[in-house]
Amino acid sequence: MSINTNFNHTIWLLKMLFKSKLLLICFFLFTVSGCAGVQPWERDLLADPAMALVSDPLEVGIDEHIYFSKEGSSGGRGFSGGGCGCN
Amino acid sequence: MQLSTFNRRIRIQHKKSNKTKSTAKIATALATASCSLLGAHSGVYAAEVSADMPTKVANENAWEFDSTVLFYSETDRVSAIEPVISARKEYGEDQFLNLKLVFDSLTGSSPNGATAAAHPQTITTSSGTKDFVTNANETPLDPTFLDTRVAVSASWEQPLTRLTKISFGGNFSNEFDYQSVSANTTISHDFNQRNSTLNYGISFASDTISPVGDVPIPLTVLTTPSEPKSDRGEDSDTRTTVDFLVGVSQVISRRTIMQFNYSLGDSSGYHTDPYKILSVIDDTPGATFGDTVTYRHEGRPEDRRKQSFYWQTKHHFDENIADISYRYYWDDWGIKSHTLDFRYRWKFVESNSYLEPHFRFYSQNAADFYAHSLVNSAPIPEFASADYRLGEFDATTIGIKYGKILSGGHEFSIRAEVISQDGDSSPSDAIGSQQSQDLFPSVEAVLIQASYSFNF
Repeated sequence: MSINTNFNHTIWLLKMLFKSKLLLICFFLFTVSGCAGVQPWERDLLADPAMALVSDPLEVGIDEHIYFSKEGSSGGRGFSGGGCGCN
Repeated sequence: MQLSTFNRRIRIQHKKSNKTKSTAKIATALATASCSLLGAHSGVYAAEVSADMPTKVANENAWEFDSTVLFYSETDRVSAIEPVISARKEYGEDQFLNLKLVFDSLTGSSPNGATAAAHPQTITTSSGTKDFVTNANETPLDPTFLDTRVAVSASWEQPLTRLTKISFGGNFSNEFDYQSVSANTTISHDFNQRNSTLNYGISFASDTISPVGDVPIPLTVLTTPSEPKSDRGEDSDTRTTVDFLVGVSQVISRRTIMQFNYSLGDSSGYHTDPYKILSVIDDTPGATFGDTVTYRHEGRPEDRRKQSFYWQTKHHFDENIADISYRYYWDDWGIKSHTLDFRYRWKFVESNSYLEPHFRFYSQNAADFYAHSLVNSAPIPEFASADYRLGEFDATTIGIKYGKILSGGHEFSIRAEVISQDGDSSPSDAIGSQQSQDLFPSVEAVLIQASYSFNF
């Protein structure tokens, strides 16, 4: 598939996102939350380590390794590092 | 894992501080925690460099260890044991060193891409030196699959400015037929009163593939052990990969945090699986209509561009926590996929433990050059692979995890999950006797993982 086709697909996806109002909702949430401004002393619940977006890095690493080995797609969260010729 | 250490440190801080200073102290601790980097492991996740992300408050001079061991087993196929240990230490001023060591041992049988046939099949193993026999109506599984992998990684994190952090990382992974070296750097910048964090990074990887029996020439006929190895070329080949990632993590409310990532990965070089072949099917009507005539090595394009959008949200219900994420992935091989992941942490405050059910749904379509087999009378395509991982299928994962925080801030957890993958077993383009074969056998796998975190 050419780079041009790829580019067209990206444009199509962005159009779909706009059409579905997903970006609009995200922007709205970001704006509202920006206005709300959660202060450091209001972060008691957010400071719970279980609230970390990656709260168990070893588990995430193992899952990504398994699914990288068993599926046609990978990535999204970050750089996995340490490739393999997995079967 | 890290919850224990964090709780312990917070408790220590409570004990040491008097009441008049406690409020400021907690606010500082929380702010510090929310600005700290997370976890010791090889992968660099956009979320890890998020300023609004909570993590443990590291204790200078103390090493924090996370360890785990994974048991993975597929029905009638491969099984793996994978112990992992990671360590993290603070060197002051929010500077952290992370180290990680992974050992991976796999044994068992692996599908080589050939399809089941109405007759017994004798197929050369991936090394090209031996044969194995598969009974009629059974999917060929190469029984010689055996591999061990050792991977080490290190990363260093430090502040650049009051609101900006940077991390550098390196990974090295070695198998007897595969080596990988990579380096990455990620920057995170807090803004909007630290309610928003912009993360961006780049990673370079260089892989060297040295297949047993040398690199097969794509789409050539598989030779038998007694024949000259005319289907093999160089003894190794290489691939380079560049990955970009940009993301925003955002505090939505006192209870909710959200993240969006966009990833772009470009790779060039050897992408073919040297151990995968395709059956070539007799399409001449008659007694052997649909039988396997011969086998050819697979061949994939030399370039691949992967892209994905990733969204994650976590919500705190005072005790319990919901974690939901979705990824849309697409690449220029024609694969598009949807991944939905849901976890719910159900805390038992009195026993200091939790249960965490997990559900994952995955669906992908086939790569443009995927074919369950080749047709004998048709021209040989430029690219073709019968690797089921490039075919169209759905997958589900159902699991549960139990965790308990022990004395001294140590933590133990164990999880069990069942993974299943299902594709089209009876594709409409199956020929003759192929129509009665299972051309996409389901894959069932079980994993058990036990983890323990401690300080030293």
